[in-house]
Amino acid sequence: MMYGWCGKIAKIDLTTQSWEIEEPEQSVYHKFIGGRGLAGHYLAPHIHLAWDDPEMPVLIFCGPLTHTISPTPGRSTFMSRSPLTGTIGDSSVGGRFGTELKKAGLDGMIITGRSSNTVGIEIKDASIQIVSADAMRGMTTSQAWAGLKSHGSVAAIGPAAENNVRFSNIIIDKHYAAGRNGLGLIFAAKNLKYITVRGTGKTRIFHPGNLKKAREEIMRLMSASPVISGRFGISKYGTGALYDLMDARNMMPTDNFQKTKFPDAASMNAHAYDKQFQPKKTGCRGCHVQCKKITDTGRSIPEFETMSHFSALIGNHDREVVMEANRICNEMGMDTISAASTLACYQEISGHPISSAKIVEVLLDIAYGKGSYANLGMGSARYAQSCGKPDAAVAVKNQDLSAYDPRGALGMALAFAVSTRGACHLRAYPISHEILRKPVATDRFQFAGKARIIKINEDVNAVVDSLTACKFTFFAASLEEYASVFSAVTGQSITGQDLLKIGERICYQERMMNAKNGFSRKDDDLPPRFFMEKKADLSDSILKPIDRNAFQKSLSDYYTVRGLDQDGMPVPEKASELGLEWI
Amino acid sequence: MFLEFEKKLCAGGLTERSSPLMGFLDAALEWNRNDSSIPLLEKVIQGLSINSILFSKPAEPYQTIISYLAETSKGVIYPEDCETRTFLHDLPISRTLDTGEIVTILKKRKGVIIPDLGLITYGMVSLEQAYVTYSSICFACFVKFFSDYLWALRNGSVDHLFQKTFSQVVKMLDPYPSFTGSLIKGPLDSEQLVLEAMDEAGRLTVENRLVDSYFGNISCRLGNILYISQTGSSLDNLTGCIDPVPMDGTSCTGITASSELDAHLGIIRETGCHTILHGHPKFSVILSMDCDKAGCDQKGKCHIQCSEERDICGIPVVPGEVGTGVYGLCNTVPKAIQEHDGVIVFGHGLFTIGSEDFYRPFSNLFHIENQCREEYFRRVSDLLSP
Repeated sequence: MMYGWCGKIAKIDLTTQSWEIEEPEQSVYHKFIGGRGLAGHYLAPHIHLAWDDPEMPVLIFCGPLTHTISPTPGRSTFMSRSPLTGTIGDSSVGGRFGTELKKAGLDGMIITGRSSNTVGIEIKDASIQIVSADAMRGMTTSQAWAGLKSHGSVAAIGPAAENNVRFSNIIIDKHYAAGRNGLGLIFAAKNLKYITVRGTGKTRIFHPGNLKKAREEIMRLMSASPVISGRFGISKYGTGALYDLMDARNMMPTDNFQKTKFPDAASMNAHAYDKQFQPKKTGCRGCHVQCKKITDTGRSIPEFETMSHFSALIGNHDREVVMEANRICNEMGMDTISAASTLACYQEISGHPISSAKIVEVLLDIAYGKGSYANLGMGSARYAQSCGKPDAAVAVKNQDLSAYDPRGALGMALAFAVSTRGACHLRAYPISHEILRKPVATDRFQFAGKARIIKINEDVNAVVDSLTACKFTFFAASLEEYASVFSAVTGQSITGQDLLKIGERICYQERMMNAKNGFSRKDDDLPPRFFMEKKADLSDSILKPIDRNAFQKSLSDYYTVRGLDQDGMPVPEKASELGLEWI
Repeated sequence: MFLEFEKKLCAGGLTERSSPLMGFLDAALEWNRNDSSIPLLEKVIQGLSINSILFSKPAEPYQTIISYLAETSKGVIYPEDCETRTFLHDLPISRTLDTGEIVTILKKRKGVIIPDLGLITYGMVSLEQAYVTYSSICFACFVKFFSDYLWALRNGSVDHLFQKTFSQVVKMLDPYPSFTGSLIKGPLDSEQLVLEAMDEAGRLTVENRLVDSYFGNISCRLGNILYISQTGSSLDNLTGCIDPVPMDGTSCTGITASSELDAHLGIIRETGCHTILHGHPKFSVILSMDCDKAGCDQKGKCHIQCSEERDICGIPVVPGEVGTGVYGLCNTVPKAIQEHDGVIVFGHGLFTIGSEDFYRPFSNLFHIENQCREEYFRRVSDLLSP
């Protein structure tokens, strides 16, 4: 009997409209845990395929801690090859999809093939049906959700994916985005509009008493964390709580990263939204932090990244426009970071600011692929390339940087560069120690020591995404505490350091997949502007351009620590040491 | 980098000058000095995913205390102070310098006690974590030793070894802390003065060994701004580590402020004070955990649910955990501190307040800690009397 896991994965073929259940060996679970780890395991054999090849799978996995009393257990991972970056593409997403999947008796699903017409997948406990969704083409994600919510949790794409927007998302339960890598486009390529899932099962727990005790230890740490539970923490204000801090640290990306200070920050901060819109707390299933903020009328308060990029990055001073931009992106199924970044890139190249009043109209043009802004749907990097000005895109591996100026946190600079899914703050989240002082503060203006810190934290977060849990919890707790939770749930005796080893395996496999598709040192780089004096107006800032030699040295150190060669490529010996098959 | 923590360890009386062996690993491994233990520690590092390690023999009286607790435990020491309960969980022991055993223990916990040889602690982000864990283990063992002795005395279970060790340890204690100097005088009516006064009070609190570097926080109100030490900052190095927090809540920059921000704001709201000092002086913590109520139905939950009105020498003792949860000390301290010089949180530490500057909170921290120490030995003496 398995504890924690269900022991079943649904394999659904949309070409033949058929499905089967795979029951993996227990050793596979022990090696990759669940979530991001298990999804990567099943993606690896197919990673050489084009993202729109019918045989390219889209993988959706929960983890052993999903649907347990473990703190923050309600997330799931969506993964495939990214249409935006060409790297692996994955997203850890909240809502209740993962919980319902687990309750339906599944650890995950692997979807391949391409339907001849638009379809939806409907899962209810052991029943899986593939149904026509032709009538739903063109529906926004909230329209889809409204029509399907009685079927359980809903993952749906909107018009953006159907109109080939490279940064299209899958939206879960109306408010939660499986974002960043353009995974919505994978659904569209398979003619898959939505998935619903509902279950009634329970997760078997090996030792409920130990789980309760381990949970209490984590909850105690979370209560002690100012970032999570404090008066100004994310439980109170959502992730927008970071807005003032980024401004105070001169790290707020402004005017497409040409400045680092936004003069109107004080009037665009989380407190201002809180006062104006008076949202209530909500959040992922089973989570007590409740960092999602929704108004009485169902409007979602933007996350920090959205709040920052739809204000400072594009020069917008109107909170209502940020709210609407956020809503439109979710309705259309578009990534807010990439959408705002593409607008900023357009403004820099064209020299024509988009007025606040016009932002929503432009976003709709992008989503529907019409009008003079339709070509922005290709994303900032491809757009800048097409204009002959590639340096105007502030992206790594074609994915736009989130709202942390890397000149203000050099660990973040390295983490953006080496992330396996393109510029991503969440892979190693060095902001935790460089800005938020957790678990201890590090010198944000030094590369010294950062290579190993980034590597270790990438491994930690790979585990977090695989358990599955929320990274915010790790502002307070560590794998030391989560190992006790894992052992209590699964019955597998394990330590925090054992889990880290699994995290290392997961990250290395991702490097291997990217290497298979030609990614190497040349791709682990930052946009030129961060190294150049004249590319930015830093006169109002304490920041300086990044020293390229120091960056390159840190990158080399990272490769050494990660067990890659100096071109950033995996080596068979290290893969073997980690128990990975060479691909 | 190494020098900073060598200085802290020695200045805090946590180790002898020549003892700390520290390693830091990025792409390459560096040591603060040569030592015959390096090959062993290199194997430990290879067995873990870490970036820093500290191996040192604690100075007295910590060494004697830790050796005794290790000898009389069954492989793991279970202190009940707040630091251990929240961050360390328990203190495992390795009887030998066996690499395999040490690695096995460190895979699970942040530090290991090797009786008579020292403590090994590590960091995954910085050497500071190794230092904090080392310091916390010393603190937790000190508190446990003196708490256990009082409990055993009260229950008639002090054996020869315990009594002998206790007598040795008492002889090695630091003299009672005293301070005859002056602090920056109030009113602290400019930001610069506030920062200087906080820096001075924090530094003196550590220099006088009232607390270890990381065990405490400090704040000062100026108009509508509360200046407060950042989370995880060192009281003896507050430069650049003080957050100005608008008290009207219009900015979230206080997200990096001390986890006790809510308690500080609550204290100001309840008392109208302007300065607050919080530390973890040892005898205040030890005595806060000394309770002779027999058959109490809250036993084991004293730190969160003690329903008794308790005091030590007139200073209230209240339950409460770090931070802002349901059982957070922010719910108990502000009310309890009204009309008192301070308040002690069960198993945790002491809050003191002032109206103009840091002289009163600083001197009361001294005074209350010394009172608690005197009271501890008075209780011991009473229990030893026929």
